[in-house]
Amino acid sequence: MQLTKSKNVTAALATATCALLGVTPTVDAQESVWEMDTALLYYGETDRVTAVEGVFAAKKDFGDEHIFSAKLVLDTLTGASATGAVPQESVQTFTRPSGNGQYQINASDTPLDDTFKDTRVQLEGQWTQPLWQDYKVSSGLHLSKEYDYLSLAVNGSLAKDFNQKNTTVSAGVSLAFDTIDPEGGRPVAFSQMVIDQGQFANEEAYRTAFGETRQSGSDDKTIVDLLFGVTQVISRKMLMQFNYGYSVSEGYHTDPFKVLSVVNEQGQTQSLLYENRPDKRARHSVYWQTKYASSLGVSDVSYRFATDDWDINSHTIDTRFRINLSNNTYIQPHFRYYQQSAADLYRPFLMEGNELPKHASADYRLGEMTAYTLGFKYGMTMASGNELAFRLEYYQQNPKNSGVTAPGILQQQNLYPSLNAIIAQVSYSF
Amino acid sequence: MTNKLTKIIGLVLALQLVGCASLGVKPWERDILAKKEMALDAEGIDLGLDDHIYFSKEATSGGRAFAGGGCGCN
Repeated sequence: MQLTKSKNVTAALATATCALLGVTPTVDAQESVWEMDTALLYYGETDRVTAVEGVFAAKKDFGDEHIFSAKLVLDTLTGASATGAVPQESVQTFTRPSGNGQYQINASDTPLDDTFKDTRVQLEGQWTQPLWQDYKVSSGLHLSKEYDYLSLAVNGSLAKDFNQKNTTVSAGVSLAFDTIDPEGGRPVAFSQMVIDQGQFANEEAYRTAFGETRQSGSDDKTIVDLLFGVTQVISRKMLMQFNYGYSVSEGYHTDPFKVLSVVNEQGQTQSLLYENRPDKRARHSVYWQTKYASSLGVSDVSYRFATDDWDINSHTIDTRFRINLSNNTYIQPHFRYYQQSAADLYRPFLMEGNELPKHASADYRLGEMTAYTLGFKYGMTMASGNELAFRLEYYQQNPKNSGVTAPGILQQQNLYPSLNAIIAQVSYSF
Repeated sequence: MTNKLTKIIGLVLALQLVGCASLGVKPWERDILAKKEMALDAEGIDLGLDDHIYFSKEATSGGRAFAGGGCGCN
C-alpha cells in the first residue's frame, strides 16, 4: 500500500516537473515537429560595403533529446573596402587586384577598392544526443564557400551535468581547413604594385611585370579551436556561463587585397607594397555571460577578453535587455562596446629608406580601435505561436593612432577614418 | 598589464566555480529558467549574424562559441 502510494507520488511529481520544465514527455517528443527560424539581414556601411544575408535554420527533436539542427546562410556583398594605402594631396592611381584595369582615388580620400562583389553559401549540420547518464555529445559539420574562399570544419563536444543539472561542464574541439585562391593570384609578400602609367611598351610587358608580383596556385590555413565551458544555475532567476577558448591557426593569414604605402619624409607616397602577415596565430579568450529574469523581462550581459601572439588584446561588453511589453510583445535594447589594441605588425604606412619589417599590414582592422553598437529589437508572438521580430542597429568603428608620428602632408590627412553602418533585420520563426 | 588582468580574471572565475557547489535550484524550481528567452543561445540566429559581422570587421572572434574557420570576408 505504502509502495503504491509512493509510486503515485513519484509519478505525480515527475508529471509536475515535466510541466514546470516545459519538457514534453518522451512519447510526445517523438512526434515533435521541425522548428524553423528564418531571417533576412541588411548591413550597409556609409560609402563602403553593403551586404544582404539570408538565414534558414531548422531543428528537430527526434525523441529523447536526440536533436538535429541545420542552417543554410546565403549572403551577397558589394561595395568598397579600405586597401590600407594612405590618402594623399593629389589623385592616386591603383591597379585592381585582378591586374585588369585601374581605379583612381581623389585627393584626401581614403583609398578604397570598389570592386568587391561576392556571393557566399554557408551550410551547417549538428547532431546532439545524450550519451549515457548525465552526459551529452554533439558533433557537426560546417561549410562556407565563396568565389575565392572555401572553409570546411568539423566539431565535436562532450558535456556532463552535475549537481542536479545545476552545473554543466563541457569541452569541445573544432578543426577547420580554409583554402584561398584570389582573383589575380596571391601577391608576393612585399612586392611592389605594378601600375601602368605608360612606361610599358605593350600590354604583354605590363602583364609580365604584373605576373612577377604574383604566386601561382591556392594557399590554405588550418585552425584548431578548443573550447572549455562551465554553465552554472545561480538561482531560480539567474544562470551564468564561463568559457575559455584556445585557437591556433597555421597557414596563409595575409589579406591578398591589402597594401602599404611607402612614404618619404614629406609624407608623399613613393610606392605601394603588398602586405605580409605571419603564418601562425595563437589566441586565448575568456568569456562570461549572465542571464537574469526580472519582473520586467530578461537581461543578458556578457564580457569577453581575448589576447593573441600578434599582440592584439580586446575587450567586448555585450548587453541585451528584453522588456516584455505584454504577454506576446517585447522590445529589446542592445548595446555592445568593443576595444582592441594594435597588432605588433600593424603599420599605417612604411617609411622610405627604412629596413622592411619581417611582417607588416596597414589593414585598419589590425590597428587600435574602439567600436560600439546601439540598437533595439521588437518582437511579437502571433496567435499561431509563430514569432516575428524586427531589429535595427547602428554600428560605429573608431580607429585610433597607436602612437605613430605622421610625416609631412600626412599630418593634414585623416589616416584613421571612422566607419558607420546600419544593421536591419527581419526574423520569422515557425 | 595583460598578464595581471588575465590572472585577476582567472582568480575571479576560480572563486566563482568554488562557490558553485552551493548554488542552484531544485528540479521543480526551474519554471523561469525553462523559458525560451532564458536559454543562453535564445537568439541563435541573431548571434550567428552578429558573429559574422564582427568577425569581418574586428580582429577578435569566438569566445562564446568556436572562433572556427571563416570566410574571405571584407
